[in-house]
Amino acid sequence: MKKLTTLLAATALASMMASAAWSKTLVYCSEGSPEGFDPGLYTAGTTFDASSRTVYNRLVEFKHGSTELEPGLAESWDVSADGKEYTFKLRAGVKFQTTDYFTPSRELNADDVIFSFERQYREDNSWNKYVAGASWEYFSGMGFPDLIEKIEKVDDLTVKFVLKRPEAPFLANLGMDFASILSKEYADKLEADGKMELINQQPLGTGPFTFVAYQTDAAIRYKANPDYWNGKQPVDDLVFAITTDAAVRAQKLKAGECHIMPYPNAADVPEMKADPNLTVLEQEGLNVAYLAYNTLVEPFDKPEVRKALNMAVNKQAIVDAVFQGAATVAKNPIPPTMWSYNDAIEDDKYDPDAAKKMLEDAGVSGLKMKVWAMPVARPYMLNARRAAELIQADLAKIGVEVEIVSYEWAEYLKLSSDKARDGAVILGWTGDNGDPDNFLDTLLGCDAVGGNNRAQWCNEEFDALMTKAKETADVAERTKLYEEAQVIFKREAPWNTLDHSLVVVPMSNKVSGFVQDPLGIHRFDGVDIAE
Amino acid sequence: MLRFIFGRLAVLVPTFIGVSIIAFSFIRLLPGDPVMLMSGERVMSPERHAELMHQLGLDRPVYVQYLDYLAGLVTGDFGSSIVTKRPVLEDFLNLFPATLELSLCAILVAVCLGIPAGVLAAVKRGTWLDQSIMGAALVGYSMPIFWWGLLLIIFFSGYLGWTPVSGRISLIYFFPSVTGFMLIDSLISGQAGAFKSALTYLILPTVVLATIPLAVIARQTRSAMLEVLGEDYVRTARAKGLSPFRVVGIHALRNAMIPVITTIGLQVGVLLAGAILTETIFSWPGIGKWMVDSVFKRDYAVVQGGLMLIAAVIMIVNLVVDLLYGLVNPRIRR
Repeated sequence: MKKLTTLLAATALASMMASAAWSKTLVYCSEGSPEGFDPGLYTAGTTFDASSRTVYNRLVEFKHGSTELEPGLAESWDVSADGKEYTFKLRAGVKFQTTDYFTPSRELNADDVIFSFERQYREDNSWNKYVAGASWEYFSGMGFPDLIEKIEKVDDLTVKFVLKRPEAPFLANLGMDFASILSKEYADKLEADGKMELINQQPLGTGPFTFVAYQTDAAIRYKANPDYWNGKQPVDDLVFAITTDAAVRAQKLKAGECHIMPYPNAADVPEMKADPNLTVLEQEGLNVAYLAYNTLVEPFDKPEVRKALNMAVNKQAIVDAVFQGAATVAKNPIPPTMWSYNDAIEDDKYDPDAAKKMLEDAGVSGLKMKVWAMPVARPYMLNARRAAELIQADLAKIGVEVEIVSYEWAEYLKLSSDKARDGAVILGWTGDNGDPDNFLDTLLGCDAVGGNNRAQWCNEEFDALMTKAKETADVAERTKLYEEAQVIFKREAPWNTLDHSLVVVPMSNKVSGFVQDPLGIHRFDGVDIAE
Repeated sequence: MLRFIFGRLAVLVPTFIGVSIIAFSFIRLLPGDPVMLMSGERVMSPERHAELMHQLGLDRPVYVQYLDYLAGLVTGDFGSSIVTKRPVLEDFLNLFPATLELSLCAILVAVCLGIPAGVLAAVKRGTWLDQSIMGAALVGYSMPIFWWGLLLIIFFSGYLGWTPVSGRISLIYFFPSVTGFMLIDSLISGQAGAFKSALTYLILPTVVLATIPLAVIARQTRSAMLEVLGEDYVRTARAKGLSPFRVVGIHALRNAMIPVITTIGLQVGVLLAGAILTETIFSWPGIGKWMVDSVFKRDYAVVQGGLMLIAAVIMIVNLVVDLLYGLVNPRIRR
């Protein structure tokens, strides 16, 4: 049956392409294969680009190129005075996509919203375990199972989320990929047919593009959704040409085999900038790389020791050597593109002499420490070993002997969160939802000690601000609280903030309307291509 | 002959069990587990980790997991990917034709060029031609595939614009996969220009993948030919006044082919290993890339299933080679 539907889809598209060979096709050289097409199941950006941002919508959406929220499938919402009830008014007349494998008979309603969330946490929901190992990782990672009391249908176009406690970042979380809205009618049909796993292979949503076919590891094909509630797309077809090697992606872009590519090699960027046929977009990513001390272990429990070590490291040299300039030195734990970034804060000045004196004043001499270097390249840190070597050389100048250690990636992630960890660890973070809470509380809150808080740093003053900011819905008020928290962070120095890397997107000059997204997602709604 | 075939088949069973044990334990010996990698930088609580390991059945004793896996294998169930949740066998069957098509083309090129080059080098032993062929073979053998592939792409696709950069066929063609072989499917599709497009996309990856086997085959053919050309029966054939072509092409080459066939058989493993890199460079959707990704993600089911299936392919090819060997050299059959 699956083969037959693929065959039908292919035949339909083939005939469509034969009759309209001049159809406008936008080709995106994507960096990898999607793990699947059900955004609730996964955490990788590659999967989200191919599923949630093309096929689906959410109740609220991030504005193009921003971390601000705007109405999506919900045209408006109310938050109760106690911050525990969120009531969403759904947009009327939103149609689900019509595909070769399913024709919807009704428009979007509250049942679809309730289904999309309940399947991720209610064990009595038949979709909760529809594939082996369905872990709903993001839903769980964002703390939703402990947060949501219930989701109620008020009427067909009104849905209410009741929370167990006030949580200001909740709204931003609803803009995330795992919160994509699926069709309950389609799900019911698949369940009745005993083919539930197809929801992960043949997605169907309300988004700008309709899924056509996935040729494993080769290409994903979409066509513009003619019924899209926000208007039809300027291009007719969208193709993801899966090209894992960055150098090859660059060659394909130059040869005109694709129009947009993500994640170029830093070394290829200058040549691309010089190419008159290409445009290179650059933007600071929503990320940070850091060196986290273990603040539970002597002598790193003293802020002045941590501060002295921070002052001994030449961060600009790291940015130059590791990123060839495609990054900026970080002074705060949140990136500059994020609201509430406190630009008034001054970074610890690189001053080895002063650092050495501070260390002596703190009564520390002959210090030996370990620096952990990640074994893999991540967007925020392309070469942790190189960075560690530079840190080692810098700290040697103030009499600190550094031993560089590394572990296999999964081990690294596990061992680095151990409270008794020996040494400072290089790691980083890429924001999920554009909310400062997603960096500050997730990575530095007391609850995260022994987990995401690799500095094992628990500061009551800082934590009180985090709690207050979570309970406050007013953005201006929250901004003040987070700005204050960054001051405490700088004073206490649990990390040495290393860099925020630039996200670079080279594309053909023929492309218009593509906007870089601070969340690192690649969206193609509104993108056009000159014939 | 029949006894010989059954004898060979009987050896396959313990080999297959051996491979299953190695495949099963190899991936589990690597540090880290798939659940840990699922969450990336975001730390998972020990309780949640335990819950997910339980869901996936990974908290059971390894021998229980193995026996369970073996029971599945008997019924042809290779399990489902932990990451994509798709059945391993389905993905393998989907991707293997791409690897097979590329490998067959590569081995064809390697044999068609390698054997004549080796024969020529042997016949012209010590001349500049011999030196050049063997020099080129040495360079080919030492070439890092990744670098070689990128070099060809930059020159032929980037600079000259003669060949496409990567992929299996131009994206303007889209038709249902019938055999999985793009050359055949493009012909079946009836779409004008599709076959030509598939052919042009095949050129560079074939050249890259064929390079090492070509060099090996050429060197092996040369040394085997040199040995045979010195035999008495060749001298006799020459003395009888046979034409040089007959002497070299029929009398010498046939006997020199025995070690060459073995070498070609062994190249299947080399091709599959080379396919991993070639497929990555040329975005070729085959099993090489699929396996590498799975190792990184600790996708146990895919790694062990994939290894078993690849091992099965290699075993079958070796069986065929053994049988061929028996045909060429009847003494082996005893």
